[in-house]
Amino acid sequence: MDIGIIDEIIDKHGGESGALIQILLDIQGAVNWLPKEALARVSEKLSVPMSRIQHITTFYKTFSLTPKGRHEIHVCLGTACHVRGAQDILATVEEVTGVKPGETDPDLNFSVETVSCLGCCALGPVMVVDGEYHGNVKPAETAKVLSQLKLTETAEALEKLKQSETAEVLNLCACQ
Amino acid sequence: MPQFTTPAELEAYRREVLSGRDSAKPCITLCSGSACHATGSNKVAAAIALEIEKQGVAAEVDFRRTGCHGFCEQGPIVVIYPQGVCYLKVQPEDIEEIITKSIKEQQVVERLIYADPNTGERTPLEEEIPFYKNQQRLILGSNLKIDPKNLDDYIAVGGFQALVKVLFEMTSEQVVDEVKSAKLRGRGGAGFPSGVKWDFARQAPGAQKYVVVNCDEGDPGAYMDRSVMEGNPFAVLEGLMIGAYAIGASEGYVYVRQEYPLAVENLAVALKKAAESGLLGTDILGSGFDFTVKVHRGAGAFICGEETSLLNSLEGKPGEPNARPPFPATKGLWGKPTNINNVETWANIPLIINKGAAAFSSIGTEGSKGTKIFSLVGKVNNTGLVEVPMGATLRDIIFKIGGGVPGGKKFKAVQTGGPSGGCLPESLLDTKVDFDELTKAGAMMGSGGMIVMDEDTCLVDIARYFLAFLSDESCGKCTPCREGIRQMLKILTNMTQGRGKEGDIELLQTLAEATLGSSMCALGKTAPNPVLSTLTHFRDEYAAHIHNRKCPALSCKALIAYYIEPEKCKGCGACFRVCPAAAIEGEKKQVHVVTQHKCTKCGGCLEACPAAFDAVRVLSGEPVPEPVAAEA
Repeated sequence: MDIGIIDEIIDKHGGESGALIQILLDIQGAVNWLPKEALARVSEKLSVPMSRIQHITTFYKTFSLTPKGRHEIHVCLGTACHVRGAQDILATVEEVTGVKPGETDPDLNFSVETVSCLGCCALGPVMVVDGEYHGNVKPAETAKVLSQLKLTETAEALEKLKQSETAEVLNLCACQ
Repeated sequence: MPQFTTPAELEAYRREVLSGRDSAKPCITLCSGSACHATGSNKVAAAIALEIEKQGVAAEVDFRRTGCHGFCEQGPIVVIYPQGVCYLKVQPEDIEEIITKSIKEQQVVERLIYADPNTGERTPLEEEIPFYKNQQRLILGSNLKIDPKNLDDYIAVGGFQALVKVLFEMTSEQVVDEVKSAKLRGRGGAGFPSGVKWDFARQAPGAQKYVVVNCDEGDPGAYMDRSVMEGNPFAVLEGLMIGAYAIGASEGYVYVRQEYPLAVENLAVALKKAAESGLLGTDILGSGFDFTVKVHRGAGAFICGEETSLLNSLEGKPGEPNARPPFPATKGLWGKPTNINNVETWANIPLIINKGAAAFSSIGTEGSKGTKIFSLVGKVNNTGLVEVPMGATLRDIIFKIGGGVPGGKKFKAVQTGGPSGGCLPESLLDTKVDFDELTKAGAMMGSGGMIVMDEDTCLVDIARYFLAFLSDESCGKCTPCREGIRQMLKILTNMTQGRGKEGDIELLQTLAEATLGSSMCALGKTAPNPVLSTLTHFRDEYAAHIHNRKCPALSCKALIAYYIEPEKCKGCGACFRVCPAAAIEGEKKQVHVVTQHKCTKCGGCLEACPAAFDAVRVLSGEPVPEPVAAEA
């Protein structure tokens, strides 16, 4: 991680300790999670004890102390979505991805989050995959969207593997 | 960017803007609120811009992206002014026809206008669509006319006239008195008289005071504040400035959820433009009044909607509440007198100053004045934002404006006030929306969430849902709230999973009363409301869960089973194909059977079974019949 980005963010807020939450939000926005080194830097530059930073990062929902997956899935559990069957959608998401809400799989493919309301209740139940909204979804459709994503993910991984293997072979050739 | 140093300059600019606008010139407006955003309004916008170019009509037509129109069910919405022809569910491929017909040929594209779901009757004009016709949109009305990022638009509709009036014609005491006599009550939930609150802050000693906008709208299923902030940030700002002048504050804060990126963006643009044109800063319009505003993004905590928690969060601390008194009016942000109001409350202020307290208080009921915006969602045909005068009945809102319950289902309950509110049954549908009437009925106004539920909604599960939300969001500082909610949730979860016990209802009642009576802040004090109101109006559902292990709404997964009636099944395989758990067995033309231990109860088979066969049944409180092998 480039610590320069962290310094830039802190400086943008004038290094004020009152801006702690805003600084953490910006870091989260920039690197998608809050790495330990970043928090240590914030603690040092703002003269705020690490314990307080821990208190804040665990109190507010937005903050993540673990890296996020390449694909972020948000399932809305607002009241309107709840009465329209959001639980079934969440269950399907968990089943297909194998990831529980608030967690990320070890390969960093998927992060699953629940949200209390996305404010587009007319579309409920709503699932957002990588920023794209899927409204009025049914479990079967959810499974389809995610399986597709998984397939692409596997294909990409295979492609990468292939490329690295090719590179290795080429390297070997070059050596000889 | 224009520069205003006197009210006369602002007025002259307004005339200039207005004279440059031809009210007869066609204008295409596109709703660009968050809900329409989600249904693709960005693509529609690009298509409109492209098509205007392509057809060479740039000189003859204006195009404006506005805030939320409210009829979210039917988005993206395009309205063509000056006629007000309203097109619904518009897709990029519709644009060519809209511009050709509506702009060039002055005709209406019939297929895109509103059609009554019952009669099929078509209504071209926005104002005649029943959803809009039965509303009184004093606050939301401007959303349709202005581009939230365009200061000229706001000035053109009379923006900042109230501010000028206050700064140059009224003393701070007169402003407070005006708000007091308008009898405006806070729209955030508690309904405290705003003028009285302002007066406390005005009279509190101290040179440094603050005003704060509470846009930490955390109620699940409510998005009124977001739409006002997204669609008309200048109006909120103007209200805030008037409040600042009234209490003697020179600094303001807007606390807005970072989950509302569009609101944050539009607000930031509005503040920047106001500052650049001299409407924020020092000696505003030459009045001697100084005012600046900072934006603070909330990091996701429901409790921060509570004012003392919000102020702690503003100071960069965890959003935990403080005991009141002292109230923020005397000891608020950084220990200084602070007045904090909700977005909708602030947006009402310019209206009160412009129209006068008498005109404002002529709308509404004895105890609640003006209009209120509700977010009408759930099992209702016309999901969207609804603004009605106080005193409108729930029935009118849900059936006249909302168009009733979809799919021919029966109305069961309406939940108002979010997690702090309550559920009201059909017998109370004639209750008026009014702070006191709703509280008397066992619900509350809250910030304006209104969730409609039909016969398929289990009210025990709804109580459990709200407590699960609150248990997650309770900050944990005081024991009654933290433990009381947790224990109630445990009991309710047991009930919905078929483990309810004799005496649970009484225990719930006791816990609810204890939590209500001894919690520190409003979160805990109102948390038992969903339990108490459902216990009052739907006690038989609780009893069925406990005594018969039955969920009357057929909604609690642990208490239901899907069963295929052998005499009706034709063995078509429709259910077999959709079942994600491979829980359905049966050859083609043979009766299909649900393998109960494999079934995840997603309901896919029920939906897939052709209506002509109608073979899938949901059972609850009765054993599943043993499968019989039979030819279909």
